[in-house]
Amino acid sequence: MKTEILKIAAAHLKPFLLILSLVVLYRGHNEPGGGFIAGLLAGMAYVIYAGAFGVSKAKQLRLAKPMFFMGFGIGIALFSGMIGLMNGADSIFTGVWTTLTFGDFSLKLGTPLLFDLGVYLTVAGMLVKVIFTVMEEDV
Amino acid sequence: MLGIVPASLFFVFLSKIPAVGRGDAFKEVYPWLSDLGIGFSFNLDGLSMFFALLVTGVGALIMIYAGYYMRSYQKTNRFFGYLVFFMAGMLGLVTASDWITLFMFWEFTSISSFMLIGFKHEKTAAREAALQALLITGGGGLALLAGLIMMSLPYHSFSIEAVINDPQPFLQSSLFVPATILILIGAFTKSAIFPFHFWLPGAMQAPSPVSAFLHSATMVKAGIYLLARLHPVMESQELWIYTLSVFGVVTMFVGAWFALAQQDLKKILAYTTVSALGTMVLLIGTSTAYSVTAALVFLLVHAFYKATLFMMAGNIEKITGTRDMNQLGQLNRFMPVATVISLLALLSMSGIPPMIGFIGKELMYEAKLNAPAAGNFILLTGFLANAFTVFVSLRFAYGVFWGKKQDFKKQPHEPDVSLLVGPAVLVFISLLLGIFPNQIAGLLGSAFQSVLPGETLIKLKLWHGFNEILLLSFLTVLLGVVMFVYRKAIIRIVCYLNSNYFNLKLSQRFFTGIDVFLNLTKKKTAVVQHGYHRFYLMTIFIAAALLLILTMPAVDFQFDFDLKFDGLSFFVMLAAIMIIAGSIAVIVAQSRLVALIATGFVGIGITIVFVLYSGVDLAITMVMVETLTVVLGAMVVYHLPKYLNYSGVGSRIRDGIVAVFFGFVMGFLALQTSKPTTLTKISDYFVENSYTKAFGENIVNVILVDFRALDTLGEIVVLALAAIGIVSLLKLNAQKKSSR
Repeated sequence: MKTEILKIAAAHLKPFLLILSLVVLYRGHNEPGGGFIAGLLAGMAYVIYAGAFGVSKAKQLRLAKPMFFMGFGIGIALFSGMIGLMNGADSIFTGVWTTLTFGDFSLKLGTPLLFDLGVYLTVAGMLVKVIFTVMEEDV
Repeated sequence: MLGIVPASLFFVFLSKIPAVGRGDAFKEVYPWLSDLGIGFSFNLDGLSMFFALLVTGVGALIMIYAGYYMRSYQKTNRFFGYLVFFMAGMLGLVTASDWITLFMFWEFTSISSFMLIGFKHEKTAAREAALQALLITGGGGLALLAGLIMMSLPYHSFSIEAVINDPQPFLQSSLFVPATILILIGAFTKSAIFPFHFWLPGAMQAPSPVSAFLHSATMVKAGIYLLARLHPVMESQELWIYTLSVFGVVTMFVGAWFALAQQDLKKILAYTTVSALGTMVLLIGTSTAYSVTAALVFLLVHAFYKATLFMMAGNIEKITGTRDMNQLGQLNRFMPVATVISLLALLSMSGIPPMIGFIGKELMYEAKLNAPAAGNFILLTGFLANAFTVFVSLRFAYGVFWGKKQDFKKQPHEPDVSLLVGPAVLVFISLLLGIFPNQIAGLLGSAFQSVLPGETLIKLKLWHGFNEILLLSFLTVLLGVVMFVYRKAIIRIVCYLNSNYFNLKLSQRFFTGIDVFLNLTKKKTAVVQHGYHRFYLMTIFIAAALLLILTMPAVDFQFDFDLKFDGLSFFVMLAAIMIIAGSIAVIVAQSRLVALIATGFVGIGITIVFVLYSGVDLAITMVMVETLTVVLGAMVVYHLPKYLNYSGVGSRIRDGIVAVFFGFVMGFLALQTSKPTTLTKISDYFVENSYTKAFGENIVNVILVDFRALDTLGEIVVLALAAIGIVSLLKLNAQKKSSR
């Protein structure tokens, strides 16, 4: 499985896929995309990398801390639900929105996006953790 | 350092005493589940104040003690986390003014108690004791919840004040008897009342600060608090009065009896705690001005001397390495300060002047003399229990600080100052209050009003003059001393009786019961969870299909379909052919890998359909899931043997029938959904509100992250759990392999 072509492809695909996943995550609110798909994409980046270089190498990557991301993701998702409460909403997970503007460029941010970020991290973490473990078992 | 928080809380509460004494109420109300009449609300009245001071005051001293005591342990940050968690739970419990809030904090204390008893989790005994305590107090908690709900039903609210201000709807409701019994079970399990008392001696596996704080001074008093809180509602009820009296007396005596022959210092203290808790229940149940005063004073007294003694027992164990009476002796030479502190606490426990324990005991006798019913019997049992306590105290004092000379491995020495501060302060207060008891009359008075409104607190005095009560006290001490003189014979008799007649083995029986239950559930699980994946799938498919058929009449299902094939685009036809071809390939495939790839083919076909009908989100997800499935499947298939044994013709036909049946049901369902219907569609709501309310144009995503965010949160939690499950299974497998 460990061919040079796959190695080069995987190494270059990883940052591309990660950035793409972030784009997909952000645009999910208005256009096709969203945390779930983005999470799968980000996870894939690592899975492909592991496929090319082996799990032990992939595990040394800086962001390869799936268990942390899973917990963190659920934490963010929960926290995003609390923000509405703190702003005096009646129930948990009431959306709160603001728009950040930098000159001509404006960024619409809201708790649902934060929630989606949580979904993203959890899904990616889950995927990486499970597949890495399965791959380790293989060797 | 952690002692600062409870200490400052203590002073905050202290500063509120005059206000509470005037009847000012401190209320905090946060709306919670207001539709169900549940509020997250607190109220500080006399009784709450009394307990809150106890929790924070003793808590601060324990924190100082534990700070030094726990130094030799690992992971102490966890320990202090649990301890603070407990303290918060206990404070919430005693200040709650809503039954559900109270119940929630009640459970907090049970859980933290579990964590703390099992803190030395490498030891089997500690784990078992923790589990036992959790199951008993947790089970009692469930009973309590049921009882509280039953009690609150007539009020349409869970407010504690509602019941106390107007008990009649509850007293006349048909659920009065079951609710009362369930609440009593809750209180009795928590406060280790016979026959639930056995978890408390087991809980002595916890480190000493925990025993001193949770299992003598505070947590076990939660049940007493609940009884005291409910007393104004129940005081006229015979069921309440008799149950409390009977169980109180029995526990008082049983606890004292089993304390007689114990060798372990902490076990001795645990059994005397059981006895003390029984006494408190009895005193509340007696329901006179004397008895309630006695109960409150005794509660305070007991918390002081018992916390002190537990801390001293911890010190002794730390320094000598044992808490077995047989291996201790002559410690007065090595630790004079500790000896003096312990002796004063033991004096208080035996009820000897000038300690406040004496006042507590005098009041107890006075209450029992004035008890409305069965006074003589209660008096006699109480007399014996007290004499036993005197005997135990003497034994403790003599056996540990004098007695035989022992060879210690290390030379014993005085405990560190921070290990002595807590006990010393508590003992000093006991002494001071013994001499000037009226200093706390104000506090006790307002607590008294919450338990027995309409009566007044009995005046506290150290000296009552020569009367029958003083005589009783004197006789108690005398009997204790006489028993002590003949201690060898007495202990032998008690041991003989215990092992031959009173060997209840409640603890073992409890675990046997648990084992029986576990075996039952194992058998049940083995039937349902047989481990054959193909049968699981079959069960799921058949059940889903049948349920769908069952619901069909409800949605006005009709079997006339207008299938039109013209107007389908070329691509859709192509996708359909792909799906059909893939499905056939799966069935006829000669190897697993081919079958797997063929399912991937089907998946891609479906994806194309999604793309064509503008379900782009679904399509993207589908592509990725399909790809991953095939990749993962390929990894698994790689390890499996080749298609060695085909499934037989019979099972193939069976599988085929299930598959076709399920396929037809799903197909009909899909066709049905395309027909116009009279039912309102929920999707309309989402389409209308997606942009206006949630500022998103991608409806699917808005549903996921906004309208139905809570569901999604549940899903990602399930995902994470599944990941943990898969990983631990695989790791377990790897471990097995490497150990082979």
